[in-house]
Parts: sequence; structure tokens; C-alpha cells
Amino acid sequence: METLIDGFFNARILAEAMPYLLRGLGVTLLLCAVALPLGVAGGMLLALASTLRSRTLRWAATIYTDFFRAFPPLVLLLFIAFGLPFVGVKPAPFVSVTLAFVLNTSSYYGEILRAGIESVAGGQHEAARSTGLSRWQSLRYVILPQAVKNVVPDLVSNTLEAIKLTSIASVVAMPELLYAARQVQSVTYNATPVIAAGLIYLVLLWPLVRLLSRYERQAVSIR
Amino acid sequence: MSGMADTFFNLAVMRQYLPKVIEGMGVTLQLALAVVVTGLMLGVVLALLRSLRFKPLNALIVVFADVFRAVPALVILIIIYFALPTVGVRLSGFASAWLGLSLVLAAFAEEIVWAGILSVPRGQWEAARATGLGFAQGLRHVVLPQALRLTVAPLTNRAIVITKNTALASVLAVGEILYQAQAGYSFSYNPSPLTLGAVAYLILFIPLVWFGRWVEGRFAWKR
Repeated sequence: METLIDGFFNARILAEAMPYLLRGLGVTLLLCAVALPLGVAGGMLLALASTLRSRTLRWAATIYTDFFRAFPPLVLLLFIAFGLPFVGVKPAPFVSVTLAFVLNTSSYYGEILRAGIESVAGGQHEAARSTGLSRWQSLRYVILPQAVKNVVPDLVSNTLEAIKLTSIASVVAMPELLYAARQVQSVTYNATPVIAAGLIYLVLLWPLVRLLSRYERQAVSIR
Repeated sequence: MSGMADTFFNLAVMRQYLPKVIEGMGVTLQLALAVVVTGLMLGVVLALLRSLRFKPLNALIVVFADVFRAVPALVILIIIYFALPTVGVRLSGFASAWLGLSLVLAAFAEEIVWAGILSVPRGQWEAARATGLGFAQGLRHVVLPQALRLTVAPLTNRAIVITKNTALASVLAVGEILYQAQAGYSFSYNPSPLTLGAVAYLILFIPLVWFGRWVEGRFAWKR
């Protein structure tokens, strides 16, 4: 028990690690603030592309979505971080991570929003058009509000995954929360910083997890 | 353009590392299969335990589910592989990845199956008991068949997401696809092995993405 507390919940080491962890948390939050909106916007573009008349664009959107959903994000990140320098582009870690993150999450958001748009009954669009709204207006004021509402649980679930995903940035030495924790761990040879990082993620994401459970229950109970 | 081909599709380098990447595919498959089997089983068992409605036990299950859903998988793997040894528990990389990812999948699966069990109307329980079935029999023959049907699609999708997380095991030096590809990259200082790794993942996961979409249509949660 003594060794467990000393190794996992060491107050002295925690006090030393805290400034680094908080700085790491700052980077994690900054990454979320930059990359999440871009991912959602990209997903929205993909979902809108699936409503177009042009078959080529619809196909392009589907291929993009399936390709990046099949690709483990860590593989994508390493490919970008290690591969791009060979073609003469040397992106900063933050840029590589954001790029990988947006390519990955936009494909998931795209798939979810597309399902949302498809869940809105066809008559809605026809009714909107017959009242004189243009194609775009009908999408903007009639279809999308209902589509987004129908897939809120999936959007929450994906946002949870996306925020957790930022932890893989530690693999390419971007100083976010997990990386900071591992740095302090390797200096002190003590697990406390990593445990503390886990607890910070828990505190940060616990509300989302609870929300997710509530949505899962509603989804199956309204039949 | 030939520079590009030499860099990312260098045939000589690819031929050299192809056997390693194929070996990695075997390890990825083993790990993914092991995680899906143990994770789903554990998740269903926990949901069944929860249906006993024994308060202290339920509180523990909820804490477990919330922790392993909120903390990023990479953090969990790192705690198991790098932190547990400091208190004397040593697991191999493969065992750590298997354990960590199984716990994450179990946490999500428990919440989904529990939502499924809750969705079965009370009357079904009462009717089952009124016909003389015991608690276990009612669960086994009346409630679970209805509950599990609802959970097929979300469970499948969650399992697919987790199998993609096997790439995280490369951080624990497990010789799966990404690890082999990365090793090849650093020996040859050429990103072609990473291209091979990417193709290997697409071969394994594109069919899974399509399967997930098919299951979703077939067993969709009706709203």
C-alpha cells in the first residue's frame, strides 16, 4: 500500500509536476479550440457535398469519408509528421497534429451529419421548395436544423473521441498534457504525473461521458 | 514526380520491409480479435451484473465505465505498461495493450448493453415472472433477446473504433503494423514502409467500415 501511494499518488512529485501538467493542459485545450471547429466545418462540407446533384462530388465525399475513417489516426499523424519533410515541407508539430486531426475528425463528423440529413423526410424538402424557398434556403432553414437535432447524441460521442484523440500528439513530441506528464515521469521515475494526467482528462470529460449515457438511454427508450 | 515515387513508393525499400509489415498485420489481427472478444464479453457481464440492481456494485460499475470512457486509451495503455512496473506489476506490451483496450471497450459496451436492458419495458419483465420464469430465465429468454438486438449496431461501431486503436500498441513496442512500418522507416530513412503500413491498414479496415455501415442500416435504432 505504501509503495502504491508513493509510486502513484506521490504528493511531492505531484506538486513538482503540476506547473508542467497545467501548461500541457493549455496546449491540449488550444489544440481542441483550433482543430475541433475545423473538423466540424469540414464534416459539414462533406455532408453538404453528399446532397449535391453532381455524382462526381458525391463520390469524392464518400471516398474521402471511408478512406479517413479506415485509417487509424496515429498512422495518419506519423505519415504526415515523418513523410512531409521528404517532400520539402517541414510543418511544426502543432500544424501536423492539426492537419491529421482535421482530416480524421471531419470524416467522422461528415458521416454523422450525412446520416442526419438523410434522416429528414423527403417531404420536408418538397414542402420547403413549394413555399418558394430556394434549394439552399430549404437546406439552411428547414433540413439542417432538423438533421443536426437528430444526430446530437452521435455528435457528442464523436466530440468525446476527438478530444481524447489529442493525446496521440504526444507521440510526435507536441507538449500537450500526456507528453508533459510523460516527460516528468521519465525524469522522476514515478507514475504520479501520468496518473494525474489521467485524472485531469477524467475531470475534463466526465460531463460529456454522463451526457452520452443519457442520450444512449433516450435513443433506445423512445420507440 | 519520380522523386515523389522514389520517396513514398520506393519498390526496393518496400520489397525489403513487406514481410515485416505482413507479420505486423498478423499481430494487429490477433490483438484486435482478442480485444473485441474479451472487451465485449466483459461489457455484457458487467451490464448483467448491473441488472441485479445491487447498489454498491452498481456504483462500482458506473465508476469503472465513466473512468474508462473518459480517459484516452493511450493514457490507459501508458499507465499499464510504463507505470504499473514502478509498483512491481510487469506486463508485456501485447498483454498491456490487450488489457487496456479490452477495458475501454468493456466500459463502452457495458453502457450500451445496459441502455438496451433498460429499454425493455417493465411489463415484459413482469409478464416473464408471472408465467413462472425465474429472474435469470426472464433475463435470458425474454429481456436479453430484445435488448441485444437494439445494441448490435452501436456495439459493432464501437468495436470497430477500438480495433483501430490497436495502432496505439506501437507506442508499447508491440510488433503490429505501425510498429513494423515505423521501424522500417527509421532503418531505411525512407517513408515507403509507412506507405506499406497505411495500405495494410486500409486492407484490414475498409471492409470493417463498410460492414459497420451495413450493420447500422440493418439494425438501426429506430427513433
